[in-house]
Amino acid sequence: MSTLTETAPISTTAGTHDSQPARRSLLRDTGIVMFRELRPVLRDPFSLIFGMIQPLVFLGLFGPWLVGSLGDQAGDAFGGSVWQWFVPAILVMTALFGTSTTGANLLFEFQTGAHERMMVTPLSRPSLLIGRSLKEMVPLAGQAVIIVAVMIPFGFQLYPVGALAGLVMLAVFGVGLGSLSYALAIAVRKQEWMFWAVQQTLIFPLMILSGMLLPLETGPAWMQAVAKFNPLAYVVDAERALFNGELASSTVAWGWLAALATAAIGLAVGIRAMLRSAD
Amino acid sequence: MIRTRSLTKDFVVSRSSTVHAVRGISLEIDAGELVAVLGPNGAGKTTTMRMLTTLIAPTSGTATVAGHDVVAEPAQVRRQIGYVGQGNGAGHTQRVRDELYSQGVIYGLDRRAARQRAGELIEALELTELTGRKVADLSGGQRRRLDVAMGLVHAPPLLVLDEPSTGLDPQNRANLWQHILRMRAEYEMTIVLTTHYLDEADSMAERVVVVDHGEVIADDTPEVLKAKLAGDRIVVTAADTEGARRLARLSEHLPEARDIVLDGARVEARVSDGPGSLPELMREAQDAGVRVTTAQVHRPTLDDVFLNLTGRSLRETEGNGENTDGENSDGANTDTQEAAA
Ligand SMILES: Nc1ncnc2c1ncn2[C@@H]1O[C@H](COP(=O)(O)OP(=O)(O)OP(=O)(O)O)[C@@H](O)[C@H]1O
Ligand SMILES: [Mg+2]
Repeated sequence: MSTLTETAPISTTAGTHDSQPARRSLLRDTGIVMFRELRPVLRDPFSLIFGMIQPLVFLGLFGPWLVGSLGDQAGDAFGGSVWQWFVPAILVMTALFGTSTTGANLLFEFQTGAHERMMVTPLSRPSLLIGRSLKEMVPLAGQAVIIVAVMIPFGFQLYPVGALAGLVMLAVFGVGLGSLSYALAIAVRKQEWMFWAVQQTLIFPLMILSGMLLPLETGPAWMQAVAKFNPLAYVVDAERALFNGELASSTVAWGWLAALATAAIGLAVGIRAMLRSAD
Repeated sequence: MIRTRSLTKDFVVSRSSTVHAVRGISLEIDAGELVAVLGPNGAGKTTTMRMLTTLIAPTSGTATVAGHDVVAEPAQVRRQIGYVGQGNGAGHTQRVRDELYSQGVIYGLDRRAARQRAGELIEALELTELTGRKVADLSGGQRRRLDVAMGLVHAPPLLVLDEPSTGLDPQNRANLWQHILRMRAEYEMTIVLTTHYLDEADSMAERVVVVDHGEVIADDTPEVLKAKLAGDRIVVTAADTEGARRLARLSEHLPEARDIVLDGARVEARVSDGPGSLPELMREAQDAGVRVTTAQVHRPTLDDVFLNLTGRSLRETEGNGENTDGENSDGANTDTQEAAA
């Protein structure tokens, strides 16, 4: 019996699929899946460069506008700089879009048979989800470095440990979101257009109700109330805290909780969907 | 290596219609065998292969593959097998060499071994000029070769190939077979494959399983199948119809002659040994003073076997093999779908 999936609610289905006496390591499998996914990106530097610049463009366009319209209202809580408030949000947004769309790649693989081929391999099932989601995190780490480097002259203050913890938290959250995206792709694989319809319908409310781009405090009370149920809101708050050097606080703890819960639920739902994906 | 008992698979396509894709297949395949599964489109070949490779769960029945139950211990099964599906297994954004290498690493080869195996297969399947290309930019046949190469990377104890040679030109088909057979000898692989190429099943497989409408309708060596279920056909034409009539009568005495058809000056007969019977008939015709203008022996093909088994020709049934039970009966659209036609 493997200990890996024993506590998960899906253990009745996933447990049997993953109990391997001569066990494969989840870590190794995840690495294999991640590097396989990364290879085409690395082979195509242009897409890589383009991807790196994208958040900068957004930052450059939206940031000044934010400064203009909010003044220092948002930044006040963070030692005065609006960038301190905004940079973590941009990273969350990049992760959000990267991982929530990762299922779309899968749609094509359903048609071609590439998904089927991966399913027949002895790769552990969670690694198929985790590896794919983490693949989105690698460019994100690069983007983080670039953004931070560019923003420091504008008054952004870097707290390396906090920033690193922030990226790890994002990766955990991203694994959950990526898995859900994967599950969505599987669920709608016979009507592919549904993927984008559902993804777009969910992603924007999720984003707006997280206070990512505009502070929730400026929104109506009902928004703030609804945001209490949005795990992304907790992650965004925690990221801001972490990038501001705040390592252990209740905000950060709530962020970890939200990220871990998203990962657990995402993996449970994703694996369950995956085991039935060939029918 | 494979043992199935009354394996079935139903696909529920809608509330009122269920496809009985596989209707009770019991198969035993021993280690080291090379088995071809033959059948028209929609016969249930792919569905069966997908159950054996743990991709889909059977509706009923059991299957043990490489000593493990496909439902209870799929992970163990996966470690023993390789599968080349009917679709393209390579990711479209991947490069040819990368994908082969990844496949090796996935199956537990270390980096060096994976690189080396990738190199060998690239050469063997003539992919050398394509190694740096994106899979999306390959031709259909090139992509197919890559699929098969990926299936061979780890030389599994059991290799399942779903239409490996479809889309390959004759030279590449021959090449592919040469390589499969070599690997089989080298690694003692058991190979199960599906194909639509009758000649291929005939010449390569040691055992042919004919599937139709989700059931096994014949299972033997190609030679036995052909001899038992089809037999040789001899076709002779006489100079005139009277001569033909006498030829028809003479051919009745040939060993195991049956299905004798007289059509104008043309006589057709099924015999057990065509190449032996024809000279015999010629001699008798000469003795009887019948002038024969043409004479031919048709060796049976697996298509003849299928024709005799089902009354349909494999070549004609392409695309008509749907096993659907629709809702046809007077609006009684509930719960009756299980009663298969
Ligand atoms: N996922 C599915 N959902 C519904 N029906 C399916 C599904 N997969 C297969 N079928 C049906 O099951 C039957 C058997 O299909 P299968 O793919 O096993 O045939 P096959 O023998 O491989 O045919 P081919 O020679 O065309 O590859 C067909 O009628 C097909 O339409
Ligand atoms: Mg098929």
